[in-house]
Amino acid sequence: MAPSSAKGHGYLYQYTNCRILRDGKIIREDLWVRDGRIMNPEVLFFVEKVNADQRIDCDDLIIAPGLIDVQINGGYGYDFSTESQVEEGIKRVSQGVFACGVTSFCPTVITSPPHVYKKILPKIKKRNGSKEGAGILGVHVEGPFIDQEKRGAHPQQLIRDYDNGFQDVLDVYGDLSNVAMITLAPEKQNTPEVIQEFCKRGIVVSVGHSNANLIQGEEAVRSGARFITHLFNAMLPFHHRDPHLVGLLTSDQLPQNRKVYYGLISDGIHTHPAALRIAHRVHPEGIVLVTDAIQATFLPDGTYPFGEQTVVVKGKHSYLKDTNTLAGSLASLDDCVRLFAKETGCGPELALEAASLHPAQMLGIADKKGTLNFDSDADFIMLDNDLNVKSTFISGECVYKAK
Amino acid sequence: MRLVIQDTYDDVSLWAAKYVKRRIIDFSPGPDNFFTLGLPTGSTPIGMYKKLVEFYKDGSLSFKYVKTFNMDEYVAIPRDHPESYHSFMWNNFFKHIDIDPQNAHILDGNAKDLIGECNAFEEKIKNAGGIRLFIGGIGPDGHIAFNEPGSSLVSRTRVKSLAQETILANARFFDNDLSQVPTQALTVGVGTVMDADEVMILITGAHKAFALHKAIEEGVNHMWTVSAFQQHPRTIFLCDEPATNELRVRTVKYFKGLMELHNKMLEEAV
Repeated sequence: MAPSSAKGHGYLYQYTNCRILRDGKIIREDLWVRDGRIMNPEVLFFVEKVNADQRIDCDDLIIAPGLIDVQINGGYGYDFSTESQVEEGIKRVSQGVFACGVTSFCPTVITSPPHVYKKILPKIKKRNGSKEGAGILGVHVEGPFIDQEKRGAHPQQLIRDYDNGFQDVLDVYGDLSNVAMITLAPEKQNTPEVIQEFCKRGIVVSVGHSNANLIQGEEAVRSGARFITHLFNAMLPFHHRDPHLVGLLTSDQLPQNRKVYYGLISDGIHTHPAALRIAHRVHPEGIVLVTDAIQATFLPDGTYPFGEQTVVVKGKHSYLKDTNTLAGSLASLDDCVRLFAKETGCGPELALEAASLHPAQMLGIADKKGTLNFDSDADFIMLDNDLNVKSTFISGECVYKAK
Repeated sequence: MRLVIQDTYDDVSLWAAKYVKRRIIDFSPGPDNFFTLGLPTGSTPIGMYKKLVEFYKDGSLSFKYVKTFNMDEYVAIPRDHPESYHSFMWNNFFKHIDIDPQNAHILDGNAKDLIGECNAFEEKIKNAGGIRLFIGGIGPDGHIAFNEPGSSLVSRTRVKSLAQETILANARFFDNDLSQVPTQALTVGVGTVMDADEVMILITGAHKAFALHKAIEEGVNHMWTVSAFQQHPRTIFLCDEPATNELRVRTVKYFKGLMELHNKMLEEAV
């Protein structure tokens, strides 16, 4: 069906007998690709007057933009927050996610001490995707500027404030050039200044792991924050007199035309299907599906020592040994897409866009990623009607094909 | 002249597509022997294009060795504007078939030298050996391509200013903003179409009935430019029942009596 490797410069592919996701609709249309970019066939026809070098029959599959995961902590037993594992972890995970339809991602580093950030962050360089692995859009630093009570699995003793403003931030992370987004608790002192400094550097600020009320959340958004980290998880619950951060989905106190995006772990475990439906009904265009997958992801069932913890992997669940405590998500993003579509009845278009277009918009890269628009990078996936990933392409090159 | 009367619009579309297919196949086009086809835009031919696409998709017809020449295009609207005839042809026909882009000719309404563009178009038709089959539609006022009432019946491809009525009617396609509506078009002339070996005019709907009457039952008249084809040796007018509303009963009966003969034209040559 698909070529195993892209032919040379200028070679023009026409993917035909397919339906493609464009502008929120799945339409019967061919997809044209040349030099790793999506081409406008009308221009090829009338201006360049060229034919495809190769026509590829797609067996009536759906073609959608490659998926983007902005929160993934590791996999195959490797943890991106452990210095000794990060390089091998990035290598393995960035290839492993091909089968999940993921073409780019934000490796996520949880709360760590400053000397660890200074070693880990330089090792996770932004890069385009290729056969070697999915694209790396930049690190998601989740912590250490989070709330003690809502820290979840983050180590308590490493949590910090930025009482001296952005200088504290720089002291902790060192060089920020490999960072794409940061999760912080907006109730901390100096938050507006810190958010503005991140925005100046093109880094997306997300609120989460937080005890904030709605007013603090709104203040953060007005300062430039544009994402909520794994909605419902690690924050105060919705209350009708103070909806807390969840209330940002329907707030009328935000700057006009400012869309707030929010992560949802739709793995069937971390967010109840009814909660998925609530979020979907009130703010569908802000949904960003994330896995928040931990290092046990992609491992077969078994018992694994991770640092000081022993984790039992069983199917799609992971527990701390001899407890019922969830050790983290083992979700794959394509699973999340299927589950979200099923539980919300939102249709395949939105479910797929929530894991492609929306994260790209949130990161400000939708001109190149997350769509099948002309001139975008040809990162795309082929799926059957049940949204099972049949093949994955990066820059027009087939990097995965289902057996 | 032949008049082929079909019951409905869909029947007209199918008949027209079958006829085109028959002419192309009988011609046995090849790399040194291209079939040349003149093509219209507008709502009438859409059904025919759909059927032709179906023929291509079921493998019974290829456009690999077909050259096409479109009748007309607006001046100074972007090529990819949804109302441009480039967009029409792309969306309704070209993107679905196997025609070589080099062989699909549409006048360029954004050419710097519009007159030069028109002359070059005539030249291209000539170099392709003339048009084997020119398909056209007509407006309610009997115009063919943009040869509006009063156009010379020996006209060639040229720049035409659009009638005020046409400009106003088109405003709805351009956000009701008159400043966006094209006021000129490039169009083949009546003479250009007359030069084709064969012409097939599609006329459907009751609103075209009077135009059909003027086209075939009265004399040649430049106020009904399509009537010029009375003088063409091989012209088929192809219409549906509603379009015959203004014809004499005798005319309709006469041509319906010939339908068996007409349908033979769709059959494979023995």
